Amino acid sequence: MREFDYARADSARQAVSSHGTNEQAAYLAGGTTLLDLVKIDIMRPEQVVDINRLDLNEIETLNDGRTRIGALVTNTALARDERITRDYAVLSEALLSGASTQLRNKATTAGNVMQRVRCPYFRDGVSPCNKREPGSGCAAIGGYNRSVHAVLGTSDKCIATHPSDMCVAMAAIGATVQVQGPEGEREIDFLDFHLLPGDTPWKEHALKENELITHVTLDAPIQGSRSGYLKLRDRESYQFALASSAVIVALEGNTIREARIALGGVGTKPWRVKEAEQALKGQPANEQSFQKAADIVMRDATPYEHNAFKIPLGKQAVIRNLTTQTA
Amino acid sequence: MSDSIIGAGPRRIDGRLKVSGAAPYAADHYPDNMAYGYGVFSTIASGRVTNIDLSEARRSPGVIDIFHHGHFPSLYHTPSSMMQGNKVEETRLPFEDDRVYYEGQFVALVVADSLENARAAAYKVKVSYDEEKAIANLDQGVKAHGTQKGKGNHSRGNPGASFESAAHSIDYTYATPVETHNPMEMHATVASWRGDRLHVYESSQGVLQEKGALAKIFGIAPNQIEVESPFIGSGFGSKLWMWPHAVTAAAASRETGRPVQVVVPRQQMFTTTGHRPETRQRLRLATDNQGRLVSVRHESINATSFTDQYVETCGSVTKSLYSCDNVLVSHETTRVNRGTPTSMRAPGAAPGLFALESAIDEMAIEAGIDPVEFRLNNYADRDESQDLPFSSNHIKDATRQAAEKFGWSKRTPEPGSMREGNEFVGYGMAACNWEAMRFPCDARVSLRADGTAYVTCATQDIGTGTYTIVAQAVSDVTGLPLERITVKLGDTSYPEGPLSGGSWTTATTLPAVAEASRKAIEQLKSHATSGQGAFSDVAAEDLSFENGQLSHNGRAMDYTEVLGAQRLASADGEAHTGGADTSKYSFRSFGAHFVEVRWDPGISNLRVSRVVSAIDVGRAINTLTARNQVEGAVVMGLGMAHFEATDYDHRNARPVNNNYAEYLVATHADQPEIDVILLDNPDYEFNEYGARGIGEIGITGMAAAVANAVYHATGKRIRELPISKDKLMEGIPEPQRA
Repeated sequence: MREFDYARADSARQAVSSHGTNEQAAYLAGGTTLLDLVKIDIMRPEQVVDINRLDLNEIETLNDGRTRIGALVTNTALARDERITRDYAVLSEALLSGASTQLRNKATTAGNVMQRVRCPYFRDGVSPCNKREPGSGCAAIGGYNRSVHAVLGTSDKCIATHPSDMCVAMAAIGATVQVQGPEGEREIDFLDFHLLPGDTPWKEHALKENELITHVTLDAPIQGSRSGYLKLRDRESYQFALASSAVIVALEGNTIREARIALGGVGTKPWRVKEAEQALKGQPANEQSFQKAADIVMRDATPYEHNAFKIPLGKQAVIRNLTTQTA
Repeated sequence: MSDSIIGAGPRRIDGRLKVSGAAPYAADHYPDNMAYGYGVFSTIASGRVTNIDLSEARRSPGVIDIFHHGHFPSLYHTPSSMMQGNKVEETRLPFEDDRVYYEGQFVALVVADSLENARAAAYKVKVSYDEEKAIANLDQGVKAHGTQKGKGNHSRGNPGASFESAAHSIDYTYATPVETHNPMEMHATVASWRGDRLHVYESSQGVLQEKGALAKIFGIAPNQIEVESPFIGSGFGSKLWMWPHAVTAAAASRETGRPVQVVVPRQQMFTTTGHRPETRQRLRLATDNQGRLVSVRHESINATSFTDQYVETCGSVTKSLYSCDNVLVSHETTRVNRGTPTSMRAPGAAPGLFALESAIDEMAIEAGIDPVEFRLNNYADRDESQDLPFSSNHIKDATRQAAEKFGWSKRTPEPGSMREGNEFVGYGMAACNWEAMRFPCDARVSLRADGTAYVTCATQDIGTGTYTIVAQAVSDVTGLPLERITVKLGDTSYPEGPLSGGSWTTATTLPAVAEASRKAIEQLKSHATSGQGAFSDVAAEDLSFENGQLSHNGRAMDYTEVLGAQRLASADGEAHTGGADTSKYSFRSFGAHFVEVRWDPGISNLRVSRVVSAIDVGRAINTLTARNQVEGAVVMGLGMAHFEATDYDHRNARPVNNNYAEYLVATHADQPEIDVILLDNPDYEFNEYGARGIGEIGITGMAAAVANAVYHATGKRIRELPISKDKLMEGIPEPQRA
């Protein structure tokens, strides 16, 4: 195989130091993205830093009501945690709608945040792809762009969706990402963590080269709210979302007191839509309000050759989910 | 016992081996000193290799040799004849020249001391190409160079004139995409030369064909080759014929002097091991004012490769399923830059019946007749294409039984008229049909002194249950329990058995096995009644053999004692049985699928919620494995209807969803309740067991049944598979022009 240096870290600081600023270094947690991409020669790390021994396996409820999730908490453990199923149903549902049991058992919280796109042109190793080879172009535009390509947040340099379900729920809940760098720790707002492709699609997130995610901390749950994740796809299991929605709603009578909406499968990053949430606030929980919010969600969408159906489908994901959570 | 074991449902005798991981598949063999081959695959679909830069790859750890068109032994072409036993589907040899005909074609093979080293080095091989414009799909092929005549064409009467003067008519074109077999086990070869003898482990549905083809390609005698394929992680047709990887492995082994393993990576399972080709099918049907078919035309085109003509005989069933005096069936092909297509479960019939049975539904609606009634009125009573009676045809019974169990009478015909909650409910149905075939077969059965029977036949068990039904047949004749019967298949050193395909394995193999069992008993009786035998005073024909005991007039002795007393290891029987006599009857299997779909327009969700299938295949030897074949085929048909399509980039003919995540097959969660009715009408004109074979028929008609149900639920007629949600949605905006 292609050889690389392997280091096993015992602390976050040590991991960061082993990783260094080498662009070809990679942290290894569950490996469900990294090993796949190494095997097909798309990622070629020179330095792999194994962080599986780090003490980042806890889910903690903080004094201020927030919930702090260690980077190495597996998708399975997080989805099945009682505090999560009670206070953040949307997150548990999103996790369980993704991948397969085997993958969720290996995949970690931080790894899910960091997963790479499923665009076939990124993964084939030869087509023009600005993520893989900056400046080479985007073969997805004008090519086959049905399932894993976005209608929101795209640019003429990249249209790949961010594939995560978990991140969509986190975007709706609101969260911060704790990172460890050589100079210490810092926090990044979850909504600022993933970057739009713009002119630099190879820059996918706000981490500096050597920083390591240690925790994701969820905002405190909204009192009296209900939440859920609705994932629409071709088959019932083991497929990335064509369109999905994470919705959190709190009612007063039949009036919407507060709402959170984020979408997956349609955006180049987990797609929170605050403007649609604002539009719902104080409105009656009915189809007309939901339709209006859905229209706002897709107002600036760009349909490509094969994925234009995602625009109505994304709206449907929002409307049905809001309907269910307010029924 | 002998009355119950045939038609019973014993569990698979190889089940424990498989679920415990003890069953060795092709790539589970590790001969001493084995090296690993990993392919370098073309990244263009059409053109020439202009240069292969090996400098970096050669320096990569563990590399032993790198083969390519400039460094590969000169081999021969096989005549590729199925009857001669040397067929391959892709006749071009790997590395034969510098031409590239499809993306994912072998352009080099790195041989190294480990899989990881071979793969890493393969990634370092730099290939330069002179790329030509690729023909990326069927439409581009037709436009660029038209079509070539295919095979299996048929005409009778005057379909053109009868169409023009008919009371009702339809004229629609249906399309099916490339589907890829995607068996779980990847194609794999482990080849070893010992002197001038070649031994191969292969995941193969036809060890004898591979042996014959290798003999031709390497220019050696067949008896210098052995091919073993004891366990196969399914094939669905993609493992009927040997593909280029096996030739690369055998050649690399001879050149390097080491056993060489080549496993085809999942991505190249989409390129270099066959696929079901893309089809376009025009159906023109017409009826009189009573709704009787007066004209049927089924004209299809399928895409084939630039190196071989593969014909998908979409109209094979159209010739004989319905009664009609005026019929035209034609097949044409057009060349595209894809690998050579091949048979995939129910070749011809699966895409063909999607079109035919969708068109029959449209015809029935046009004529104002219930689709079930329409079919019952039009099913043929004899094979009009051959002017022969069917050996056994219970399609009307199958259709009525399935309709009854499904509850067809509750259907209100108006599209969109049945609703439950958010969902529109649709009922649809379609006929299914498959030819029954039977070929010559040899088998050997030994009744051994240790009390076991040992059975050999060079056919294969591709996961369908052949091991088990062969044991059942031996048990049926000898009375030995299954646990005392050892069945050995998938080895060219055994008596010649059939290719595992065409749903003919059961009908072909069991008569030979039964005959060999009877001959072994005869030999046992002959031993027993010989001078030194325990029954030397009895004539062989007066001796009876039941449940392992020889007896005469109340005197009984276990056969092991009889053999033991004479120090004989075994009594043996060898048999050769012939193929089907197709001069008096047309042998076909029949059935009907009834499908309920649910369409939730609020979230654009389509699901198949219920299936009832009645299948008339003669007798089922093993009801468990038979039912399993139909259920599996129904699920595969559901995937064909709903999800499956290999998508190619129209600009360069590159497959884009070449993996298990993006090439969608039905998952467990997609599977509805499947109610399988096995009609039990033994077809003794076909063989002594009355069994016609069951592997393929279940997939035929499924996609049409779904499409017809979708029409009933939504009012939308989808004539192009798969029926994905975007084809049913409203309000999709125009895409941005690139």
